[in-house]
Amino acid sequence: MADAAASRLHIPRLRTLARFTFVDVILWCLRIAVIVVVVGGTIGTLIKGRYEAAQWFDLLMFGLTIGSVYALIALGYTMVYGVLRLINFAHGDLMMTGAFAGYYIADTFDYSGFLNSNPLAAMTVILLVAIATSMTLAVVMERIAYRPFRHVRGLAPLICAIGVSFFLEQTFRGFFGPSIRSYPDPDWLTVKTDIFGFVVPRVDLIVIVLAIVAMAVLYLIIQKTRMGTAMRAVSEDVDTAAMMGINVDKVVVFTFALGGAMAGIAGVSYAFVYKQVYFYMGFTPGIKAFGAAVLGGIGSVPGAMLGGFFLGIVESVGPSLFLDGIGIRAPYQLRDLIAFTLLIMVLIFRPHGILGERMAKKRA
Amino acid sequence: MTVADTTHRLQRLKKAPASPLRRAVLTGLVFGIVGIYLAAVGILLMIHGRAIIVDVLSLGQAALIAIALGAGAFIARRETARRLPEVLLHSVLAGAITGLMLAALVLAMDTFDLRSIFIALSPQLEEMLTFGFDDIFTGLAILVFASAVLGGLGAILAHASPAIRKPINIGIVAVVVFGVFQELIQLILPTADWFDPIHDLIYTYEGLTQEGSLIIFAIAAGLSALWSWYEGRETAAERDATERHAGTVVKVLAALVLVVVLPLVAGNYIGQVLMLVGLYILMGMGLNLEIGLAGLLDLGFVAFFAVGAYTTALLTADSPHALAAYTAFPSLSYWQAMPLAVLASVVVGVLFGIPVLGVRGDYLAVATMGLGEIVRVIVQSDAAAPLLAGAEGILQIPKPRVFGFELGDPVELFYLTLVCAGIAAYFAWRLENSRLGRAWMAVRDDEDVAQALGINLVKVKLLAYGLGAAFAGLAGSIFAVMLTSVYPSSFQLLVSINVLALIIVGGMGSLPGVIVGALALVGLPELLREFGEYRYLFYGVALILMMRLRPEGLWPSATRRRELRAAAEGADPELEPAPSIAAVTAPEPPQGQ
Repeated sequence: MADAAASRLHIPRLRTLARFTFVDVILWCLRIAVIVVVVGGTIGTLIKGRYEAAQWFDLLMFGLTIGSVYALIALGYTMVYGVLRLINFAHGDLMMTGAFAGYYIADTFDYSGFLNSNPLAAMTVILLVAIATSMTLAVVMERIAYRPFRHVRGLAPLICAIGVSFFLEQTFRGFFGPSIRSYPDPDWLTVKTDIFGFVVPRVDLIVIVLAIVAMAVLYLIIQKTRMGTAMRAVSEDVDTAAMMGINVDKVVVFTFALGGAMAGIAGVSYAFVYKQVYFYMGFTPGIKAFGAAVLGGIGSVPGAMLGGFFLGIVESVGPSLFLDGIGIRAPYQLRDLIAFTLLIMVLIFRPHGILGERMAKKRA
Repeated sequence: MTVADTTHRLQRLKKAPASPLRRAVLTGLVFGIVGIYLAAVGILLMIHGRAIIVDVLSLGQAALIAIALGAGAFIARRETARRLPEVLLHSVLAGAITGLMLAALVLAMDTFDLRSIFIALSPQLEEMLTFGFDDIFTGLAILVFASAVLGGLGAILAHASPAIRKPINIGIVAVVVFGVFQELIQLILPTADWFDPIHDLIYTYEGLTQEGSLIIFAIAAGLSALWSWYEGRETAAERDATERHAGTVVKVLAALVLVVVLPLVAGNYIGQVLMLVGLYILMGMGLNLEIGLAGLLDLGFVAFFAVGAYTTALLTADSPHALAAYTAFPSLSYWQAMPLAVLASVVVGVLFGIPVLGVRGDYLAVATMGLGEIVRVIVQSDAAAPLLAGAEGILQIPKPRVFGFELGDPVELFYLTLVCAGIAAYFAWRLENSRLGRAWMAVRDDEDVAQALGINLVKVKLLAYGLGAAFAGLAGSIFAVMLTSVYPSSFQLLVSINVLALIIVGGMGSLPGVIVGALALVGLPELLREFGEYRYLFYGVALILMMRLRPEGLWPSATRRRELRAAAEGADPELEPAPSIAAVTAPEPPQGQ
């Protein structure tokens, strides 16, 4: 009797073990490796105590700054994905177009002295031009490259989107030249401000506040206006929305326009933080922001904001916190490695993200 | 068909047909925008530097002519039901508007300082568009007048019967080809004494002469006319399947002989170009297994290429970073290292595939791209520098030797590539028609159904990644000895996109398509060296246009063609309920680029 009971107990256990294939083994090793690096690195760094509180605060602030840019870009990905189930691969490049448009205005203002004498007005004009440019391009892009694929399944829309991304980059390269142009750096941006006894460059604060305001406005548009409601309806169920009399084409254009506007703001912010523009600048932030969108749960607007900030902070603090501790040389070079690892881990282990439970089933 | 589809179609059906005048204006505007775009992006002036007929016509001017002709031809195509004079009027109008748009650009350039923003809008461009007249208004009047006339000509050409149109088109294409590739063709032409008079008649040092272009036009047009006459005489019954099959074999053999002999005749430059094409064919065949057959959109493909190159470098190089320099591992010859490089790529391919097994579609593309970028970041970083030499790269990789004979110059290495590509093509061809190949196609078409039919998804997908990587590893290994050094900067994401683009252009899942794609996307830009800067712009445009106009590629595989045709036939009755409505739903005017 005891034997039989034992075997009954044992057999299912063996079966679960048998189902544990070598693929699972490798996936578990991957998880464990990442956890070991994160935990070990953190402990190592803290024991070494090479960084002071002020330095951590700097990293954190920078993470928040760059994270708010990622969040703005991620919003575009997430909204378009919500409505069309399409990764707008060229979204990062929309950010670049905004940055370029802003650059020419900012540069003109810098020459005339307007940028220094009238910061608020100058900044508003720069932002408006950037938003208008990115928005227009987003709408044109939708009309030319994405609308014909609205009812096509498979790889074609994605491949077309990759083509659009290259087309935009190379067009800007042809129009404005391949060189890196430096953004103007007025005094009022570089002034340091005191927060809780820590010094923070003003530009960080401006970018963060700008992003929060933009996101709040966006949230209100989505929640309170008719168009926003229609957008939510379409992302819930296109067919039902169409039957209720919603003009899906209009909603899609509106979505692209909103995403473009966010990308324009992101472009100017990114350019003011890194002080340079060039044609390829949108690509890496674009991919990372996509990761942020997935992390937050693609299709979820608050998720994209959260994901963006999280990614920014991890990317900024990560090299010093995780990698320095395990004795890696020049950890700052591996910043992108951390961001991409996070992206892949999310895609593999939690494709529905933090706030996007319902989306997971609809995909693919 | 979903509800959204239906409403979408209904909305399109309701659209009233555009009035012909409005269409003419719109067409003119769109073609004008294309012209302005080409000017502003810098292509127009760049290709203006390449002559087709010396002192008469440059490629840039030919592009402008093509735009105006295109505007006219587009109108004629739309209005086949109307009479010629009416069509002519509209197409002249469209051509004139195209010309006016360009004229407006020149005026704007003359009035404002646009160059400080758009760097391509230079005085040289202005000179080109005004035909060098000092008084720009004379030049612009000629520009507008010429494009109006050309618009009309385009309409006439499009309206003419194929018997006339075809020879003319072929003649024009022949002149353009002989003009643009004059360097290459002059290299190949025999240098014997008896040939000199003919050579001098057709070519000067810089390009085609006027007589030469006329001769070539006449020969090409005549041949084409003869050919269609000959084809028309032969009835379809005479040409049975076996004969056609024999024809294909002859064509393939001829192409093979050409490829083998051409570099010998044409020298190192062509050898180098063909070798790059060969490397991309190798990679294309690998990625084709993943995307074309198994449907796994892999944007991190360059990682396998890098693994192949770095393994070869580490095993054979005569540098402090080579394994032999600091371990007991012996320094290998190229022939020993190459299989190991391929093996390493396969292992990396499988390892690369395991984490992304469960990821599908769009997410897979981004995940693989992330993996590829991770490989690049690691190779480039200082953290991995002790092993992989970081940004400074591994130098002094010896060239391969055969029986004590060193394969040093590009032509010899090209033959190495050719042999490897041939062997790889055989494998790819056999794989495509194997049980595994069919399993891949099943996975591509529907993963869930494939699994339900008893296909082991894990095994099949990992084999796709592993075997695809093997091809890229082989290419990487040859790449390393070609450059005799490896740098992380050679392994950008752009390489992946490059390979992707050539598969898409050639036709997914088709071996000849890979070759066509590689020749078109790698060979052509290498031959037209000044295009180098713009090649990625062309890739972007090619991806968009191919997806919109010809998603099956230039040379689709037979199965794919059959599938698509079947799908189109099945969908036709739904798409176009009645002939009269079909005319209304006909494609909208082109959206520019």
